[in-house]
Amino acid sequence: MRIRFDKLGVAITLIAAYGTLGSGFAVLKPNRIVQGQVKSILECFPAWAGAALIVLMLLTVFVALFRTPPWLKLGAAASALATLAVAIGLAADFLTPAGNSYARVSPASGFWILLFAFALLAADAITRLKPAPWMRVLFLFIAAAGIALIFLSGIWSGLSIMKEYAGRADVFWAEAGKHVMLALGSLVAATVVGLPLGVLCHRVAPLRASVLNILNLIQTIPSIALFGILIAPLAWIAATVPGAAAIGIRGIGVAPAFVALFLYSLLPIVANTVVGLAGVPREANEAARGTGMTDMQRLFQIEFPLALPVILTGIRIVLVQNIGLATIAALIGGGGFGVFVFQGIGQTAMDLVLLGAVPTVALAFAAAVLLDALIQANSRISNGAGSA
Amino acid sequence: MIEIEGITKRYDDTTVVDGVSMVIEPRTVTVVVGTSGSGKTTLMRMINRLVEPTFGTIRIDGEDNRSMPAHELRRRIGYAIQGHGLFPHRTVAQNIATVPGLLGWGKSRTAAKVEELLALFQLDPATFADRYPHELSGGQQQRVGVARALAAEPNILLMDEPFGALDPIIRAKAQDDLLAIQKHFNTTIVLVTHDMNEAFHLANKIAVMDKGSVLQYGPPAELVRAPANTFVETLIGETERPFRLLSTGTACAAAEPGEAEGEPIREDLSQQEVLAELLWSGRRAAPVVSAGGAPMGRVTLEALVKRASRLQ
Repeated sequence: MRIRFDKLGVAITLIAAYGTLGSGFAVLKPNRIVQGQVKSILECFPAWAGAALIVLMLLTVFVALFRTPPWLKLGAAASALATLAVAIGLAADFLTPAGNSYARVSPASGFWILLFAFALLAADAITRLKPAPWMRVLFLFIAAAGIALIFLSGIWSGLSIMKEYAGRADVFWAEAGKHVMLALGSLVAATVVGLPLGVLCHRVAPLRASVLNILNLIQTIPSIALFGILIAPLAWIAATVPGAAAIGIRGIGVAPAFVALFLYSLLPIVANTVVGLAGVPREANEAARGTGMTDMQRLFQIEFPLALPVILTGIRIVLVQNIGLATIAALIGGGGFGVFVFQGIGQTAMDLVLLGAVPTVALAFAAAVLLDALIQANSRISNGAGSA
Repeated sequence: MIEIEGITKRYDDTTVVDGVSMVIEPRTVTVVVGTSGSGKTTLMRMINRLVEPTFGTIRIDGEDNRSMPAHELRRRIGYAIQGHGLFPHRTVAQNIATVPGLLGWGKSRTAAKVEELLALFQLDPATFADRYPHELSGGQQQRVGVARALAAEPNILLMDEPFGALDPIIRAKAQDDLLAIQKHFNTTIVLVTHDMNEAFHLANKIAVMDKGSVLQYGPPAELVRAPANTFVETLIGETERPFRLLSTGTACAAAEPGEAEGEPIREDLSQQEVLAELLWSGRRAAPVVSAGGAPMGRVTLEALVKRASRLQ
């Protein structure tokens, strides 16, 4: 039998090989700010463990390189990722000199490269499995549960990012709450406003161009500039409208961040609502009118269900975009994970930056997977005719 | 009965329908024919107020069709369009149950009606009720479209080129099915088409439209014998005239007492089909039988030739 290579597997092999041999696995720093010393895999563990890890990486690469069943690829990728996650924690314990509480161990580029290579392998395998929507959510849940388990087990406690966390656990969860509130709250507000606005734009053609152009214009304003623009009107509202200051409206803080995210969210939601409604088959609309549906019945029974996958795509864009954008709310005192990012930059403590960045990326990723599953579940029911 | 009185529809400067008056008899099939842009669809859409007229009134059973909200009017009038217009996100059963749902029928009554209609349209309820429209063939989709239009037992059924998307073989079958359904429910059908053969096949009365006006409105035979003008004459087709005349009558109507040799002919065939059969089999006459097989006399070539002539 001829041996057949997997194209993506070749790329993964090259990336993983560089990650294993070409770059270090962890960095040891005397304290949290200074430059550290890069350690290779063999230096990070007792010799036998380092060798075992390299063998495991080799086996995974072997599965990736050839045309193996997707289930096998996914299993190999998952076990490699789990091993890496545990290994980096063990490496921290091994490298940290006993009794030294200033020394810090953080993942080096090799670790991130390996993580990327095997995440790519897992993503490719999942795509090939063509999982049902609930299956995607299940995969996400398993991954989240695995991370939570490692987190709670204390395996990572030797890592620098966890040392940064340990000092500010309370603040971390408070900022996480603010971050989610900012991202989700502005999304809900934008949906509540954007959906009717989209329907209006769809039904009143002259309105469409002007509304979409204005929203486009808002989208092009850099976020920091938008914060600046909002300071004056919000401060004015706080000063003149009774009760406004009491509910937290101020020139800086959560209010302008919320308003900015809301404004950025409007375009994708309104535009996708308009596109989705325009994509409803003309005959279906005609038949809906012909059978005696009122405009409202037609909207809720025919147009919305048929446009839902496109509208959900807009909401997905907004949610992922907002989770990322909410980081800069910290610049004007709006809180969120951005607080750690900007503090970390100020102190040149990259581990603190990571404490803000890693949860943000994870949250955005989880949101994308969840909404993709939701979109997939919906387009199956409603768009059969679209594909036929 | 649908009374159309001085109906005009203008869009800005273009007059689409121009002062049309006609009376559509209850329990008949009226076919409106014309070239595209003749205003035939607009005229039909003014009956259920999908289009509001600029001038004129339409009365349904003596009642002005503007005496109730448009959506309530439409729930009482069946409406079937070309390309079926089924809702892609709803199953066959849910599609058919649309108007009963809007009217607030109970679950069991609706379910019974859906089942009855599916059976009537030769779609096995167990197989088809839960399918989605894209899982059906073109002919099945069309039947579900008509079943949906008939679900609330409307007295009137409006059809806009309902068979336009079907291939010729399925179309002929669908037309025959429609006539059977019409007899079953005694529905008043107004059908718009540009296909003259379809018009002659289905119509009790044909209205010929051109440039927004009705040029002639009458039984098919009258259009053939006495076309109002050259446009109607051209539309019917000079070489087609005798055959069109024959297509309007049945074998039963041409039967006379007597005997004949060979394969018998069913009484419900059109005389045009009987003529074709006689010519093809080289006979001068054929026996006619009822659907049950009882002899009903014979049809002769001579009688058919006579009937095909303008002099008759």
